Amino acid sequence: MTKDFKRPDGRKINELRKITAKVGVVPNADGSAMFAFGDTVAIAAVYGPKKMHPQHSQNPEKGTLRCSYNMLSFSVTERIRPGPSRRSMEISKVTEWALEPVVMIDDFKANVVDVHINILQANASTRCAGINAAAMALAHAGIPMKSLVTSVSIGKLDKQLVTDLIKEEEDWEEGEGPTDIPITLTGDGKISHIQLDGKIGRKQLEEAVELAREAGKQIHAAQEKALKEVGEKK
Amino acid sequence: MIETSNLTAERIKEYLKQGKRFDGRKLDEFRNLIIETGISKKAEGSARVKLGNTEVIVGVKMDVGAPYPDSQDKGNLMVTAEFLPLSSPRFEPGPPSFDSIELARVIDRGIRESKFIELEKLCIKEGEKVWTVFIDIYSINEDGNLLDAAGIGAIAALKSAKIPKYDEEKEKTIFGEWTDKHVPLSKEVPISLTVHKIGNSLIVDPTREEEDISETRITIASSDGTIYSMQKGNSKELSVEEFKEILNIIEKTERKISTAIEKSLK
Repeated sequence: MTKDFKRPDGRKINELRKITAKVGVVPNADGSAMFAFGDTVAIAAVYGPKKMHPQHSQNPEKGTLRCSYNMLSFSVTERIRPGPSRRSMEISKVTEWALEPVVMIDDFKANVVDVHINILQANASTRCAGINAAAMALAHAGIPMKSLVTSVSIGKLDKQLVTDLIKEEEDWEEGEGPTDIPITLTGDGKISHIQLDGKIGRKQLEEAVELAREAGKQIHAAQEKALKEVGEKK
Repeated sequence: MIETSNLTAERIKEYLKQGKRFDGRKLDEFRNLIIETGISKKAEGSARVKLGNTEVIVGVKMDVGAPYPDSQDKGNLMVTAEFLPLSSPRFEPGPPSFDSIELARVIDRGIRESKFIELEKLCIKEGEKVWTVFIDIYSINEDGNLLDAAGIGAIAALKSAKIPKYDEEKEKTIFGEWTDKHVPLSKEVPISLTVHKIGNSLIVDPTREEEDISETRITIASSDGTIYSMQKGNSKELSVEEFKEILNIIEKTERKISTAIEKSLK
């Protein structure tokens, strides 16, 4: 059944949308990047390390990574009210958790590295695109890192696992419906972020992690290529 | 007092390496679980859950309102959580903390994704009138693992909840009077449980001290081995092997806790 499964946009089950990755999209920032899965477009800008404000948030023992995730009001069909929501606050935090294992900022005591992620256009998998962009922007800013991270949403549509969900698949109505599993992996293949909504058994969940690893290779290649291009320009 | 000292942290880790905990529990053992329902006369359903010294109360209230645009023929579900300043010296009055927002969202997703509440049965008139189920969670005493206590409390409160009377003519809910009808619930009960990683050890149901030094956690809502929602919290990464081991622990614990819930709700 795997072979015959038809996705709404005709992709193969383990095929990512076209990846677009670009570094240096915000000249003011210390580092910045754009990452897109098809028409899901995220940009990220890094400012810092810089002294943490407000002062009471400073950690005298080590540096702090602070991420903010925001969707533009017109990034989806029905306008979103601008400003933070419970959802965006959670995604901001989850993004921080996804990146913290690879950034090495312990020595930047009392300092903060700010990562601002904005979703310009959304067709599902926005947090994953945001995390991928953020990893590139951090590298572009010269923040010491163990590796990049790669993030992708693995989906289960009825009983079929697929890679990189689009909105139409997120709202899958047939059979067991949709399951959305955003997964972020570090360079050494460890899980720094995983969430899940839907319905799935253990065996398939383990397969989903495997699919994320496979997709991660392509995402990593795109990130690396974009970062190298910028390096050559300098 | 407010933070766990490095000295205590080191000691906890040493103990865990030998498979021991300060309170004598095994790594995969919960504290004593006490569930009490019907603790509020005003709520549609309510429960008090104690996990050792941790205590939460959960109330279910219902009201009739308009459906969401994307679910015209379904009732609504809203989960909120408040970490009351009375329950810990760490909690302060003011806008909701990130932790309380995350907790409410994690519990919401477990209930929503498992379709535990049959929301389609809570539609009165498609596109116009549906029941909204509010699940409100309050901490009364915080000693670690509010997450799991809240999840158990939400299930218990929902199971005990009855639908209020509704005046069709006046289009008003008659608060304080209830029908005989329970909130429509599915047979699969999603239990939301968390496994924490400290050093190389995986534990369940941490005390405050243990939770303080937890490096990462995974919360999973599941029923009979089927997983409905998951959230990884905190920044330490997990190897795939550790992840699989966590799934093992969740599967075993879920069986134990669901039996305990069934027993105490009889």
